[in-house]
Amino acid sequence: MNIERDGDFITLSMGPHHPATHGVLRLEVTTDGEVIAACKPDIGYLHRAIEKIGENLEWFQFVPYTDRVDYVCSMNSNHAWVLAVEALLATSEETKLQIPERAEYIRVLFAELNRISSHMVGLGSMTMDMGAFTPFIHALGQREHVNDIFEKTCGARLTYNYMCVGGVNQDLHPGAIAEVRTFLDGLEVAMKDFNRLITTNNIFRGRLAGIAAISPEDAISYGLVGPNLRGSGVSFDLRRDRPYGIYDRFEFDVPVGRRYAGEKGKLGDCYDRFVVRLLEVLESIKICRQVLDQIPPASGVADDPVGGWCVAKAAQKALRKPPVGEIYFRCENPRGETGYRIVSDGTKIPYRIKIRTGSFTALSIFEKIVPGLMIADLVAVIGSFDIVLPEVDR
Amino acid sequence: MSPVPSRNQCRGKAQSFEAIFAKVLVRFPATQAGSAPNGARWIAVQPLEMLEVARFLKSDPDLSFDSLCCLTGVDLLKFPTDAKDAPPCTDLACVYDLASSVHGHEVCVKSSTSRETPEISSVESVWGVASFFEREAFDLLGVSFLGHHDLRRLLMPPDWIGYPLRKDYVYPESYGGVELKREGQTFESGPYK
Repeated sequence: MNIERDGDFITLSMGPHHPATHGVLRLEVTTDGEVIAACKPDIGYLHRAIEKIGENLEWFQFVPYTDRVDYVCSMNSNHAWVLAVEALLATSEETKLQIPERAEYIRVLFAELNRISSHMVGLGSMTMDMGAFTPFIHALGQREHVNDIFEKTCGARLTYNYMCVGGVNQDLHPGAIAEVRTFLDGLEVAMKDFNRLITTNNIFRGRLAGIAAISPEDAISYGLVGPNLRGSGVSFDLRRDRPYGIYDRFEFDVPVGRRYAGEKGKLGDCYDRFVVRLLEVLESIKICRQVLDQIPPASGVADDPVGGWCVAKAAQKALRKPPVGEIYFRCENPRGETGYRIVSDGTKIPYRIKIRTGSFTALSIFEKIVPGLMIADLVAVIGSFDIVLPEVDR
Repeated sequence: MSPVPSRNQCRGKAQSFEAIFAKVLVRFPATQAGSAPNGARWIAVQPLEMLEVARFLKSDPDLSFDSLCCLTGVDLLKFPTDAKDAPPCTDLACVYDLASSVHGHEVCVKSSTSRETPEISSVESVWGVASFFEREAFDLLGVSFLGHHDLRRLLMPPDWIGYPLRKDYVYPESYGGVELKREGQTFESGPYK
């Protein structure tokens, strides 16, 4: 869209306290009437210096801080950190850990359940940004079931501190498997209702069709990851292409955007990103079902190599003297690739931790795609990226 | 359970680290290969050559590193060196983690620069995402990226003094007229007791 540069420009500050910015994000928007001429994201309002804190804590003490990196999917954040530390320990034969089979399955099960609940929040708040309140309540209702299951196992509903280097903190609570099965059956029905309610709604689809379409080349160059990247038609999922943990044992598809909005839509528009997230929930259900079928029964002994849940002693011994060196570990979280670059100097405290998150890089494309949009569409763009601000600022 | 056969859908052929380094070395003789005791390997690049190397890594059809996964800075001031009498390394290193969606290979590129004049050429024109990553590295470590279009602080307030992730960073006692230090409190960094 061409913008007349001689019009009257007004600079508008959207946020940091704005209901549609999903946290404390400030966008400095220069507008020409209803059309946006320039947009500069201003972040840092939630900067808690987690990377700096990590340089003063022992390796296992950092797990609760990863909860706060992205509190909508704390399990996945835990997962990424413990996998990264275990990958660092695995670079030396002396410190390599043998994680119990059952712990690996519990991790994948909880990571996928948290992916479902995170996507439900993302989908729900997207519809609420667009003015539909009912689907938001339906989506959060499903999240409550996930929180109930997590609470029974680890005692917390939002920041779990559940996974640890060497396994998970405790075994599943009795009856967890039956509860998860009941939840998954109910979720499938609920997703059909959700689709009838909002996804196939003509007004909603028309509102998002063709808005902020991102080409596959731009998506890769600007570091979009996860559902935002796949929404642009790039079929890349770390769980499939660089399997970590035990993800290579499961069958699932990787949904990609392909102009789901029909004639008015474009590849990689807001509706594509919305639908990709929705389809990923269904894929996560598939993975969860396979986990429930394959998970070894509990043996009751913590460090049993099959039915145990944690090799705590070995992990603590290894973390006293980890290998000197560095590693970059990538993990597929609900908001895309979460990478930990860890530098270790061989002591019990990390030398440097860098957390690379999906929302941070998603904000970098705003300066490019937002100019030319209407102000009202900016809310749709923020919602479609499913940005979580604590993950941006860390 | 037998693993599901590899479903990697990359079209091209993944190259080994040696092959990637050999290609870069032919074009840029000043680059070196580096390695850490735990087996991590990287290509060490001259700081002012970084932009040219980045362009080459992205545009060469056998390499095509089209995505920059992570860019970060590391202060090497307190990192232990192997030799006992060696002077401590005072460099700031910038670490680039690259991946190719075409071939499916990954590589780590590092560029070390001095503490006094930390200047590295910006790769913003090659990978768009570098714009934010470089602002973050500038903000927290004080590395200045030559050629960046808008190098400002990103996370810290614009009037903040010092670079918090440097190892010799001294905590400020006050900010904006507000005392940050309480009575009897020290800001010595170290492990939680």
